[in-house]
Amino acid sequence: MSGSLSMLEQMKSIIPVLKQCRVLGIEVVEAEPGHLVLLLPYDRKIVGNPDTGVIHGGPLTTLMDTACGFAAVTALKEPGIAPTLDLRIDYMRSAIPGKPVLGSAEAYRVTRNVIFARGLAYHEGLQEKPIAHCTATFMRIDPAAVNNREKL
Amino acid sequence: MSLPERVKQARENHDFAPLIEMIPYARLIGMSCLNLGEEVVFVFPPLEDNIGNPTLPAIHGGVIGGFMENAAIFHALAKLELFAMPKVVDFSLDYLRPGRYQTTYANCSVVRQGRKVVNVSVTAWQNRRDEPIANARTHLLFE
Repeated sequence: MSGSLSMLEQMKSIIPVLKQCRVLGIEVVEAEPGHLVLLLPYDRKIVGNPDTGVIHGGPLTTLMDTACGFAAVTALKEPGIAPTLDLRIDYMRSAIPGKPVLGSAEAYRVTRNVIFARGLAYHEGLQEKPIAHCTATFMRIDPAAVNNREKL
Repeated sequence: MSLPERVKQARENHDFAPLIEMIPYARLIGMSCLNLGEEVVFVFPPLEDNIGNPTLPAIHGGVIGGFMENAAIFHALAKLELFAMPKVVDFSLDYLRPGRYQTTYANCSVVRQGRKVVNVSVTAWQNRRDEPIANARTHLLFE
């Protein structure tokens, strides 16, 4: 079934299933195996500094965790589960109030057990002046093993 | 209420509600704080809006990060009596156990205070404090 849908269509239907992504209004812009671009709209409710109107790091963490996580999962030849092991975000400059933020991510190395991903958060047209840089690692888990464990 | 007044209240009464109220994102995710004597534990209730994986169900890892980042900022403001919002330089998070759809707690400690930068560590847990679901550390820049 999934074979007949493009990766973009698949991601557009899967990501809104994550309630928090729906709450933040995260949209899928690009999707290929191992590569994803998401968009986080600006909203007063995600502001972290009320004096400046700059958004909080939390929604950026959610944007980048989601982008890296789906880049990791789609890098696999067979669908699997890949929980986050760790995630690091470097904040290079404040996001501009009122502007949506793009979050691009790529899985740059897939090993037998671990997937390494990295990404950037930036405003459209300002990719050379990123807001944040992210690296994350994900553990590959065989879905069959998870099903067996749940039966116990 | 001004930021210094909110910080003073958090410091003197161990009541972080005025700080939490001030930050839209902290209100959005529904965090609060709990007084245990002089210790403050940040509380993150299970809200449907914060779910990531709907089948487990589990809280979105990114929101757990957002909760812990907020906790670190509030803790540093009150502990060090700082009267300006810091800039977060970096935030590093180890996910140790699944963040299940239940109440999550976090506490913080200032590991090192430099002239401008503060290193804060944050531990988050659910059932037992000695079984953390995530550890984080962050550098906050106070200008």
